[in-house]
Amino acid sequence: MNKDFLIKYIYGIADNALILGQRLGELTGHGPTLEVDIATTNISLDLFGQVRSYFQYAAQLSEKEITEDDIAFLRTEREYLNVLLVEQPNRDFAFVIGRQFLFDHFHFLLLTEMQKSHDQTLVAIAKKSLKEVSYHKRFSSDWIKRLGDGTEESKQKIQTAIDDLWRFTDELFHLTEDDKKAVEEGIGVDVSKLKETYYKNVAEILEEATLEVPELKYFQEGGKKGIHSEHMGYLLTDMQYMQRTYPGMKW
Amino acid sequence: MSDNKKNKKEWPLFEVFVRSKNGLEHRHFGSLHAADAEMALENARDVYTRRNEGVSIWVVEAKNIKASNPDENGEMFEPASDKVYRHPTFYDLPDEVKHM
Repeated sequence: MNKDFLIKYIYGIADNALILGQRLGELTGHGPTLEVDIATTNISLDLFGQVRSYFQYAAQLSEKEITEDDIAFLRTEREYLNVLLVEQPNRDFAFVIGRQFLFDHFHFLLLTEMQKSHDQTLVAIAKKSLKEVSYHKRFSSDWIKRLGDGTEESKQKIQTAIDDLWRFTDELFHLTEDDKKAVEEGIGVDVSKLKETYYKNVAEILEEATLEVPELKYFQEGGKKGIHSEHMGYLLTDMQYMQRTYPGMKW
Repeated sequence: MSDNKKNKKEWPLFEVFVRSKNGLEHRHFGSLHAADAEMALENARDVYTRRNEGVSIWVVEAKNIKASNPDENGEMFEPASDKVYRHPTFYDLPDEVKHM
C-alpha cells in the first residue's frame, strides 16, 4: 500500500508540535519570570519529544533513506504542513498564552480521538502525549483566567491576543486530501467533528476569564497546504541553521 | 500601604516541599515566586519535579512559616548539647531490631 498519504498525515500533526515547540523555545531565557520561563520551556520539550516519535515513525514508513532529523530540519517551507496559528510570533506574553490556549484545546481533543485510530503506533503516541497535553491545557487555561480576570492592562492585552489569533482557529478543523484519505482508512481523526466541542470548551474558559468570545466570520488558512505566513521563513531560518551549515551534524 | 505597592510588582515567596516516593516524608526542596498557591503548585511542578523527582508537592507561603530566631540560639539549642543521656545509646539493641 502506498504510505504517502499517511506520511503527510503524520507531518500535518507533528509539524504543529514542532513549530509551536520552536516558538516556545525562542522564549528560553526570556520568559517573564524564571518560573514561567521553565514552564514554557518544559512544554516546548514535551512537544519536541512528541515530534520525535512521529518523525521516527514517518522515517520508517518512507521509502527513502531518511531520518527524523532530515524531516525536521531539511524540508523547504512549502513542505511544512502546520497550521498558521502555531507559527504566529511571540509578540508579548499574552500572545504566547493565547496561542498556546487556542492550540492546546484542539490538541487535547485531537489526541483523545487519535487513541481510537487503527494505527497502533499513532495510538501509542497519542496515549503518551495526552498526559502532557492535559497539563499544557491546564497551564494555558489557568493563565487565560489570570490575565483576563487580572488587571485592566492584562485583560486588555489578552483580549487583544485572543481577538487577533482567533482568525487562525478555523483552519484547525480543515481536512486536506491526505487527511481525508487517513480518515477513510480508519487511521486519521476527522477534525471537522471536533469543532463544536472546541469552540464550546474555549468559550467556557474565556467567559470564566471575563473575556469576550470573538465573533468572526472571516478566517485565514493555508498552513496545512504548505502556504505559510510571512513569519514562517524567519522561524525556519533559525531552526534549520545548524543542519544547513553543518550537514549531518549530531549532538 | 508600602506592602501593597510591593505586592503589585513582585509575587510572594512560597516554600516547596516534595515527597519523592510514596512512604517517604515531604522534604523542603526550595522556594519560588507565585501569585497564589495554585500557581505556586504549578510552578513547583515545573521547577522541582520535571526530572521525575516527586509524587506529591506541598507549597506554603513563606510568610506563614514561623522560624526560630538565630539570636536566641543560645537559649534554644545549646542547653541540649551536653545531655548525651538523652540519646538512646546506653543500652544494647537486640539484633532483631532493624532500622534504628
